[in-house]
Amino acid sequence: MTVVPRTSALSHANASGTGCADRPVIVEHGQREVFCGLTSIIWLHRKIQDAFFLVVGSRTCAHLIQSAAGVMIFAEPRFATAIIDERDLAGLADVNEELDRVVAQLLSRRPDIRMLFLVGSCPSEVIKLDLPRAAQRLSRTHAPAVKILSYSGSGIETTFTQGEDACLTALVNELPQETDAAIPSLLVVGSLAEVVEDQLNRLFASLGTFDVAFLPPRKAEALPAVGPNTRFLLAQPFLTDTARALTERGGRHLPASFPLGARGTTDWLHAAAQAFDVPDAHFRDVTRAGEERAKRALEPHRFRLAGKSVFFFPDSQLEIPLARFLSEELGMVPLEVGSPYLNRRIMAAEIDRLPASVQLSEGQDVDRQLDRCKAAKPDLVVCGLGLANPLEAQGLTTKWSIELLFAPTQGYDQAGDLAALFSRPFERRARLEVPGCN
Amino acid sequence: MQLTLWTYEGPPHVGAMRIATAMKNVHYVLHAPQGDTYADLMFTMIERRDRRPPVTYTTFQARDLGSDTAELFKRSVVEAHDRHRPDLMIVGASCTAELIQDDPGGLAAGLDLPIPVVPLELPAYQKKENWGAAETFYQIVRALTKRPHQVAASDERRQDRRPRCNLLGPTALGFRHRDDVVEITRLVATLGIDINVIAPLDASPADIARLCDADFNIVLYPEIAMNAATYLKRTFGQPMTKTVPIGVGATMDFIDELGALAGIDTTEARATLGSRLPWYSRSVDSTYLTGKRVFIFGDASHVVAAARVAAKELGFTVAGLGTYSREFAREVRAAAESYGVEALITDDYLAVEERVQELQPELVLGTQMERHIAKRLGIPCAVISAPVHVQDFPARYSPQMGFEGANVLFDTWVHPLMMGLEEHLLAMFRTDFEFQDGAAPSHLGPGRVDATSAAVAAEPPLPAAANSTAETLEGPVAPKWADDAETELRKIPFFVRGKARRNTERFATDRGVTTISIETLYDAKAHYSR
Repeated sequence: MTVVPRTSALSHANASGTGCADRPVIVEHGQREVFCGLTSIIWLHRKIQDAFFLVVGSRTCAHLIQSAAGVMIFAEPRFATAIIDERDLAGLADVNEELDRVVAQLLSRRPDIRMLFLVGSCPSEVIKLDLPRAAQRLSRTHAPAVKILSYSGSGIETTFTQGEDACLTALVNELPQETDAAIPSLLVVGSLAEVVEDQLNRLFASLGTFDVAFLPPRKAEALPAVGPNTRFLLAQPFLTDTARALTERGGRHLPASFPLGARGTTDWLHAAAQAFDVPDAHFRDVTRAGEERAKRALEPHRFRLAGKSVFFFPDSQLEIPLARFLSEELGMVPLEVGSPYLNRRIMAAEIDRLPASVQLSEGQDVDRQLDRCKAAKPDLVVCGLGLANPLEAQGLTTKWSIELLFAPTQGYDQAGDLAALFSRPFERRARLEVPGCN
Repeated sequence: MQLTLWTYEGPPHVGAMRIATAMKNVHYVLHAPQGDTYADLMFTMIERRDRRPPVTYTTFQARDLGSDTAELFKRSVVEAHDRHRPDLMIVGASCTAELIQDDPGGLAAGLDLPIPVVPLELPAYQKKENWGAAETFYQIVRALTKRPHQVAASDERRQDRRPRCNLLGPTALGFRHRDDVVEITRLVATLGIDINVIAPLDASPADIARLCDADFNIVLYPEIAMNAATYLKRTFGQPMTKTVPIGVGATMDFIDELGALAGIDTTEARATLGSRLPWYSRSVDSTYLTGKRVFIFGDASHVVAAARVAAKELGFTVAGLGTYSREFAREVRAAAESYGVEALITDDYLAVEERVQELQPELVLGTQMERHIAKRLGIPCAVISAPVHVQDFPARYSPQMGFEGANVLFDTWVHPLMMGLEEHLLAMFRTDFEFQDGAAPSHLGPGRVDATSAAVAAEPPLPAAANSTAETLEGPVAPKWADDAETELRKIPFFVRGKARRNTERFATDRGVTTISIETLYDAKAHYSR
């Protein structure tokens, strides 16, 4: 509702990266057409295979997760909602006792679960239900079979991918301390598809003999150790609090761009190579084939996408790295790039490489942003599912942003797939000969 | 506190959204935190609506809780009014806003907007989606219809015109509401009855004000329209229909009811109108449907109607039935009793699953949830009720109500079942290897896996030299897969794996590569990338 042009110098004195220092950013606090942090459970519950996510919330929370991504393909999901009802609110039932009962019921149904996350929601935050304490209490009850943690995915505190950030932050506190004799190791932070992890593992193995671990791990029981010899790379851009928590545990953040596209992946890997003193010549030898292959895969898409303009609505915080990839590697022209939250330090390497003409925006007032979008007449709009069909109906070409999170997009061998996600809407329009299309 | 894996209904404010979105020139200001906007995508994606639902979410955040969320709400109402210029505004709170007790109704009333504002009290921790829809529709009807004394003065003389009715209940995101409305409108017109207003679907606030001009009301979906119809009956003396016209028998009863309410003779209509269902059911190939045990679950009206069709029009045996609509539990219990079964009244998906498992029916008629249960248990299933899925908005005309609706029911319930003779063959030759799970249909030729394993078994592995000789003499042979490349290939989703395998082999053959490594796999992937 209020539009406050802001420069980073005013509020982010510690911002690094010269290119973004003078960029004006539209900061809006209005109606937001975004998901809350609970939505991250959609992929987290598949990623950590022996973990279960129990949302403590309302029917709205249950309905959200069920509706958000059409995840009902999993008949027995590893998430559920403990729906707070009137009796809990009126004090007729002790909410903590109720929660203990529900957790016991759940764990007896799913004896395969090794880690249970109690996930806070808007209602549980507003009634000040102390989930960290409940997690401690329940951990004692169900130890050693199940470890119980908590974090908040509430909409009043988190947007979409910040749910993963909060979950991983909770997990960081559980990581074992590395031994004093530990040799420097690399921790890759952020959910990645298994096929991507495997590819990256092979590249790291060719680069040098350092240990590599991933957070979150595939098994909650296989938590990597952390300490002063841990160097960490963010594989996802939305992990502000996780990065802070790792730093507090002694880990050292390796600033880099994100592994999207050929150049993005090389730069990202290079940050690791430098930290582990991999000679540049060897780095080039190891990455050359993958980078060349990624560039070959991008070529046909570059032909389709170069010169096309793109407008990003805020969704996952991936917007800025994606805009960098589209502009730098595919020749697209980003107009406005919206992000629900802008972390200038983590984004520094990306923002510096965006063309000067790009308008950044943080937060949202959806009606105003739609006005700007219509005025800008972009060739492609990247937006959430609530906006896509209405914009298509107005003649705009859209790409749903949620797919950019769900599809494996990182690394050399996914660069072509990532580009295809953006070129497919154009190809579709070109193919269709139906009224209303072209 | 209740452990919930899946929920049949959303919260009550989603019901209110279904009313607001169905109507024209209405705007809903919802006091809600960030994230509640997820509900928009059900309308734009599941129903494929071409515009956003007319809802403004105040989007308060944690930092607003300490300051003034009431101010934020008022600002949102004023801005929404300025931008959208609706003829009616409805205001209310979602579950979280209910806890902070800002009183949206009182705040909005204080703004003196030049349009009617209907405040909604939808208790999110007690009630659910259908209740919210019914309450919202009722509140809008109550607020906008004229007062009884105004009607009495302006009423036309009944004998000077054709009978006239309202069609009440269809909403946005309703299960086949779009097509039911078309079917019933057509049927009503055939009988010589005019439709005064259809609401809430496509009705404007001005249309709601005209509801009292009808002689009676058709209640298409009692879950949504019963409260409003009861109010209209009490206030304006408008009677209402009681039959939900799903199935041939119910549609006939519905016609009789309309005849009585409108004071018209329906003998001719009854004689000339009809469905293919009765003949298809009598046709000899349908004899194998006899006594098939069905389990029925969904909203109350659809379940009661489906049970009648299943038992009396298809000759199935109702093995069990139930509903998640607690508000209509009485009606469902009564129906269950007439089929000699006990009704399952629950909104717990796990309880429904348990009942299905216990009953082992031959067909499940349910919602999308039961479709998952049935799939897991290997039981055929047809969907008869909300909650909706994108597949419940088919491109083709596909009503559930009226005579065409009966045709649709016959097809969609019978097709998932194994056809008569096929069923016998499967039972007789159960051990046939092609009837096993995972066997490729025989008309597609021998499965690839079998061919390969047979070849491996029959031939001893060739020494490397022989292999290269074969290549020089007979041209290129199929390249071999290195173990790690084969493993990598298996990580590709099954539905594109075959294509990836073919492309990689072709790529390798073209380049004279004899052993496919992981590198070859990805080189090929890059090559074919488009």
